[in-house]
This record gives sequence, structure tokens and C-alpha cells, in this order.
Amino acid sequence: MKKKRLAVVASNECVACGCCAKVCPLKAIAILRGTVAKVDAEKCVGCSTCAKECPASSIRMCEVGV
Amino acid sequence: MKKKWYDYLWIATLLYMSLGFFNIMFAWLGLICFFVPLIMSFTGFGKGYCNRYCGRGQLFGILGGGLGLSRKKDIPKWMKSKGFRYGFLIFFFVMFFQMLWNTYLVFAGASGLRQIVTLLWTFKLPWNWAYHGTFFTEGVAQFAFGFYGVMLTSTVLGLVTMILFKPRSWCVYCPMGTMTQLIAKGKMKSHKGCKRRKLGVS
Repeated sequence: MKKKRLAVVASNECVACGCCAKVCPLKAIAILRGTVAKVDAEKCVGCSTCAKECPASSIRMCEVGV
Repeated sequence: MKKKWYDYLWIATLLYMSLGFFNIMFAWLGLICFFVPLIMSFTGFGKGYCNRYCGRGQLFGILGGGLGLSRKKDIPKWMKSKGFRYGFLIFFFVMFFQMLWNTYLVFAGASGLRQIVTLLWTFKLPWNWAYHGTFFTEGVAQFAFGFYGVMLTSTVLGLVTMILFKPRSWCVYCPMGTMTQLIAKGKMKSHKGCKRRKLGVS
């Protein structure tokens, strides 16, 4: 099975500041009604730019099977 | 990526902090940063203010990220915990209302105008050079001194955490951010509740 690297948001830690959405080169992150960041798994290429930027360190890079 | 007008709001923040050194009455303009996020979150824009228009966050991003003044380390776990964030929000508001009470005392004539700016709720800095009188009552000036203290304190805290941790670490425990997120969560819950009621789900 092929594996893909994805950004995953720990929703209980996310402060919805929008830093991740701002830096995402593929616009794969949106802030859901001002409550939590949501990653579009289809668009995400796992570059980890968002994880590096997140001030709360609430984004982790995971490998998922596709 | 092409920059939008709101990407330059960090200049407004820088200007605001500088103007307070010349004329304290400019501190009143800081109320924009209090009311706009609240209005936006109450009208369904969630944390739109934090996401786009927060000049302070942009400034920390530029200083810490662009200019490399941040160590870019992870923020400690306790600092991003709900207990700390909500605790800081409550503490911030208690201190804010204490400032409002002091302003009221000057308005009521019970105490005189104190030309000081309180930094980190402790250090009373003389700030008389930035006061050139007022057309209104002295209470108006007292609020300006108090409010500028609040803004300066949050900027200093933000700068310290920017240096120690990631550039926008202030966003994690910013009282306005915590409050607007709470409002957004509340609105989402009530929206879900309404939807459920409409569908007849118990």
C-alpha cells in the first residue's frame, strides 16, 4: 500500500489563529468557522510548512495509507 | 503570492505603539482592536480578525520569522493548555476592569489624574511627557493611560514569547483570540442545536 504524508491537526490544541492557512502553499487548510484548522487531505502534500509555523505546535505530520 | 492591503496592518500596530510615546490620547484608537474582533466573531466571521487583520500578530511574524528574532522552539505544554488560556483571559479581564474602575474614580472626581503607564500590572512608568492636556474631563486621559498600559503589556509579553518560542506564540494565549474562539465555538454549538431541532433529532 502506498503511503502519503499528511498534516493532521490536534483539534483540542488548535487555537484557530490561521497561521497555518496563511503559509500553506497549496491552500489546503481552512479555519472551520473560527474554531479549528481543517486540512484538506486531497490537497495536502505533506510539506510540513504549516507544522513548522503553528505557534501552538498542534499540527503533526502523519503517514497514512492511500 | 500577491499581498493584500491587510497584510500591511503591522504598520498600524507599530504606528499605534509609537504614537503613545508622543500623545497618550492616541491610545483610544486601540479600542478598534477590542471591538472589531468581537463584532466579527458575533456576526459569524469566527476568528477572521486573527486570521487576517491582526496587525500585532503580523508584527510578531515579521520580527520573529522574517528578521529571525525568534528561537522558533515549541511553546511549553502548560502554556497552550485550556487552563492557562482561560485563566489568563480571566486575569486579563480582572486587571482590565480594575483599570476601568480607576478611570471611573477620576471621572467621579474621587481621585486625580495619574500620568503613569503600568507595565506588566506591576511597574509604574512615568509617562507625563506624552500628556498635553485634554478638551474633555481628565477621566478621558486616565482611560488613555490605562489602556495604553494594557496594550504595552500585551506587546511586551508577546515579544518575550516571540523570542523564547515561535514568532506568533502570543496568539496561543491572546485573551482576544481565546474569547473570539469561545464565541465562535458557542455559535457553532447553537447552530448545530438549531439544525438538530429543525430535523427533529433529540
